[in-house]
Amino acid sequence: MTGAFRTTSGGRIDRTQPVNFTFDGKPMTGAAGDTLASALLANGQHLVARSFKYHRPRGILTCGAEEPNALVTVSRDTARTTPNLRATQVDLCAGLAASSQNRWPSLTFDAGAVNDLLAPLFPSGFYYKTFLWPASFWKSVYEPRIRAAAGLGVSPTQPDPDRYETLNAHAEVLVVGAGPAGLAAALAAAETGARVILCDEQQEFGGSLLSETIASIDGRPALAWIADAVATLAANPRVTLLPRTTAFGIFAGNHVALAERVTDHLAAPDPKLPRERLWQVRAKAVVLATGALERPLVFPENDRPGILTAGAGYTYLERYGVKPGNRVLLTGTHDTIYRAALALHRYGVAVAAIADRRANPDGPLALEARAAGLRIETGTVVTGTRGRLRVHHATTGRVVGDDVKGGDVIACDAILMSAGWTPNVSLFSQARGQLRFDADRQFYLPGTIDADIRCAGACSGTGDLAAVIAEGFAQGSAAAGRPAHRTAHVTNTLPSTGGSLGLEPNDRNPRRAKAFVDFQHDVTAKDIKLAAQEGFRSIEHVKRYTTTGMATDQGKTSNMHALGIVSTVLDRPIPQIGLTTFRMPYTPTTFGLFAGTSRGDLFDPVRRTPVDGWAQAKGAMFEDVGLWKRARFFPRPGEDMHRAVARECRTVREAAGLFDASTLGKIEVVGPDAAEFLNRLYVNPWTKLEPGRCRYGILLNEAGFIIDDGVVGRLAPDRFHVTTTTGGAARVLHMMEDYLQTEWPDLNVWLTSTTEQWAVIAVQGPKAREILAPLVDGMDLSKDAFPHMAVKEGTFQGVSMRLFRVSFTGEAGFEVNVPAAYGRAAWEAIWARAEPLGACAYGTETMHVLRAEKGFIIVGQETDGTVVPDDVGLAWAIGKAKPDFVGKRSLARPDIVAAGRKQLVGLRTVDPRIVLEEGAQIVAVADPPKGTPALGHVTSAYHSAFLGRSIALALVADGRARTGQRLFVPMPGGSIAVEVVDPVFVDRAGSRIDG
Amino acid sequence: MLLIRCPYCEMERPELEFRHAGEAHIARPADPSAMSDADWAGFLYLRENAKGLTAERWRHIHGCGRFFNAVRDTVSDVFVITYKAGEPKPDLAALSRSSS
Repeated sequence: MTGAFRTTSGGRIDRTQPVNFTFDGKPMTGAAGDTLASALLANGQHLVARSFKYHRPRGILTCGAEEPNALVTVSRDTARTTPNLRATQVDLCAGLAASSQNRWPSLTFDAGAVNDLLAPLFPSGFYYKTFLWPASFWKSVYEPRIRAAAGLGVSPTQPDPDRYETLNAHAEVLVVGAGPAGLAAALAAAETGARVILCDEQQEFGGSLLSETIASIDGRPALAWIADAVATLAANPRVTLLPRTTAFGIFAGNHVALAERVTDHLAAPDPKLPRERLWQVRAKAVVLATGALERPLVFPENDRPGILTAGAGYTYLERYGVKPGNRVLLTGTHDTIYRAALALHRYGVAVAAIADRRANPDGPLALEARAAGLRIETGTVVTGTRGRLRVHHATTGRVVGDDVKGGDVIACDAILMSAGWTPNVSLFSQARGQLRFDADRQFYLPGTIDADIRCAGACSGTGDLAAVIAEGFAQGSAAAGRPAHRTAHVTNTLPSTGGSLGLEPNDRNPRRAKAFVDFQHDVTAKDIKLAAQEGFRSIEHVKRYTTTGMATDQGKTSNMHALGIVSTVLDRPIPQIGLTTFRMPYTPTTFGLFAGTSRGDLFDPVRRTPVDGWAQAKGAMFEDVGLWKRARFFPRPGEDMHRAVARECRTVREAAGLFDASTLGKIEVVGPDAAEFLNRLYVNPWTKLEPGRCRYGILLNEAGFIIDDGVVGRLAPDRFHVTTTTGGAARVLHMMEDYLQTEWPDLNVWLTSTTEQWAVIAVQGPKAREILAPLVDGMDLSKDAFPHMAVKEGTFQGVSMRLFRVSFTGEAGFEVNVPAAYGRAAWEAIWARAEPLGACAYGTETMHVLRAEKGFIIVGQETDGTVVPDDVGLAWAIGKAKPDFVGKRSLARPDIVAAGRKQLVGLRTVDPRIVLEEGAQIVAVADPPKGTPALGHVTSAYHSAFLGRSIALALVADGRARTGQRLFVPMPGGSIAVEVVDPVFVDRAGSRIDG
Repeated sequence: MLLIRCPYCEMERPELEFRHAGEAHIARPADPSAMSDADWAGFLYLRENAKGLTAERWRHIHGCGRFFNAVRDTVSDVFVITYKAGEPKPDLAALSRSSS
């Protein structure tokens, strides 16, 4: 037995394969082929959720992607828990555990339902009207409460153990939707030899035809036609069939994103399979066959469990073998209610009545229902329903002119309703297709589009099955660039017409009756009417004010009704009200799908230097600098960062230190015009720089602001070794290429990134020379033979080497460049010499302190994109005689030469123990009144072990003129008094540079 | 993701391989020092920001590395044509008529 409400025969489910699952812990049995929704209905479980705002009991409303009510949490285990899944789209599998949401303590008794009684207190724009004052309540009271009440399901707290795949695919024709139109389009396109991808969000191809038991196509039952079509497509190697795959987004250039659910429907999936696949499809042509969505009918209390759309009702019956109830009332304005009633009648379900608001429905389906002896009440509406957890009876009324006169009470345990069908134009609109309003049928249809995107079937407003299939063939052929020739002969179909928008007439108190338009966000017809009466004219404003259409279903069932209501209140045609924007994703999509394999270690590439393994073995602590992992400090046992850095700083100044500078950006600038190129780019003069010498280069943008710096060595008249900041390497090369390719293509220069070709080992300190001398194969390192800012090529124990005499510490220093593959060996060779001499390895934190003691800037720390060379005391570097360089003209702009610019200074705290906060503001008085503008800010601040006190660098307005002044750094604990000093704290005379 | 035709590689490649590089056909002045502050500010900061067809620079940074120019419709995001750096600016008005 697969459920008490299961029919004895018919449908696409397999009664011989029971499937056990639980709902809120209660064991239930469904059948293979069920969705969670159909299995719940088969077990008589209509109540599955509590609504978002009023906590009203809610049942399953639809059978598809548009479901607003039946959102459940589905768990495989504690980590594999997915909230807010539409039960109508969850394939049943053995062991599935589903639970309801937004209820406490239980689904049948939910304390939050008190909101329903308080509903008069929650009008449209409740939040905007209520949570206004006092402003201080926003953070402390309103926001926490609103956040606690918001949302439906609860996210799992454990990491997602599943895997997600991304793949690219190409096709001549992508067909979205495998109903009659989509299958026909795929058949027609595939037989031309085109590569075709056909996707459908459901587990099985066929769409609406899967619940079609009467019509014949080419003399055969519809189901047989589907089977033939699928078999033909599956046998074609150029066709890819993707069931359980939602086309959720469509982008420029016919780029369509598909979400394929690979394992969620399997009880014991192969662990090698990903849970989902993101298909990024590029298609020459796209055929949209996305069908139509049925509108619920808007009448008072239309939201009780047991009330479904009529189309869903017959689909559950015909496709899933599930009776929606034992005694069913049908109501609406569209012939779908007759189709559903006839199906119920065939399966022996009692039809309580058919309440059709139309005065004289005379379509063939209505006539057939009448002939079958079903009770039809024309000109009749449902004016209310009762039943706490399931509909129990309905009251009806007769429409007389503008009034509704009281009618009957009709007992029923289910109501099937229909207000007609809305073409599903979401993807067409996402692709920037223009929609046009069909005034006769009161819906939007695909209009013009600037891409090879075609629509076929119900999504283009086509209703009759023969016409739907014909349109599919035609559009499929056209998409493949061929004329259509296929035809299909369809018999035994009856046309259906009708439909309505907005609130049905009723005799209820309009202030109290709740007729729901947006079921998921609990928006009623009254709320939308109120918004229009309060002056909202655009549907975009009504949407945001009432939140209609803003839930996860994006208003699939509600948007047209909302438009209809606003149109009626304002007495303006619907096209003048506007239409809200369709956005991706069409249905909610997992974060895992978007992340794909880009998670954990694969989230971002990691760059490691050749010395990285050594630093790890020595227990270095690392920091991220861009994508690089850089050793920050090398703690000895028992040392924290402060102690380790203090020791490293002292050791460098007293003996020596080794520093891995391999991350420095390096660009080889080569060619007869290399010096001229650098002249034009950097502020410095390069023509007279002798080969074998280096210069500290500063790079500006055209606005005159410092964007990078670094030592540039001239190896030969036509060859420069340019270094950049670690983070600026790619940016500087890009800028160089830009100028070389587009502004100065006449220059004969070649640029090569060599960042990763060289390992760079800085040896700094008074013993640097002694450490290196035996290793550099006879090179004379004496200060006369190898002065500061010299560069030489030679060998390091036989390995080619570029040796720079440079210092970012103020100490005598060298930077050994060896090919990266020899970096680790060279480092270890130097370390073997250095360690016995009392040297240490030091990291970036120590490097920062040592350079700050010397007042050396770091681009991005002392500069922020608004700093020119003179601001940081680097005007000396500018080649004054050069006629032009990048940024030169800007250095003469009035605001750059004006007095009062912020300038780099040193700060000494009056209390030497206090280390200032980087970024802290600086003012002139200890207790500045509110609104006092800052004079500047602290850019760098450290404890200097060498000086035994704190130091800081800062940018301060007119800073150099303030030397000796006392300023203040206001902090939460009170102002800190500082003295403005020269930014060079250690060895102003530069006597240490030669060791 | 857009497909962009690199005029040097002579093939369409995904947008990910490219980097936008601002408006095209703005030559760096030959003698900036001769320019007024206002003219220089215009060179630095004033851009068309057109609605519709616009000529802009792109670089095939993860491909051949070359800078080139493109005419793109800022409304539809469609690349109308791409062409090599140094080639003359197309007649946008004529292109606009032929593409609409």
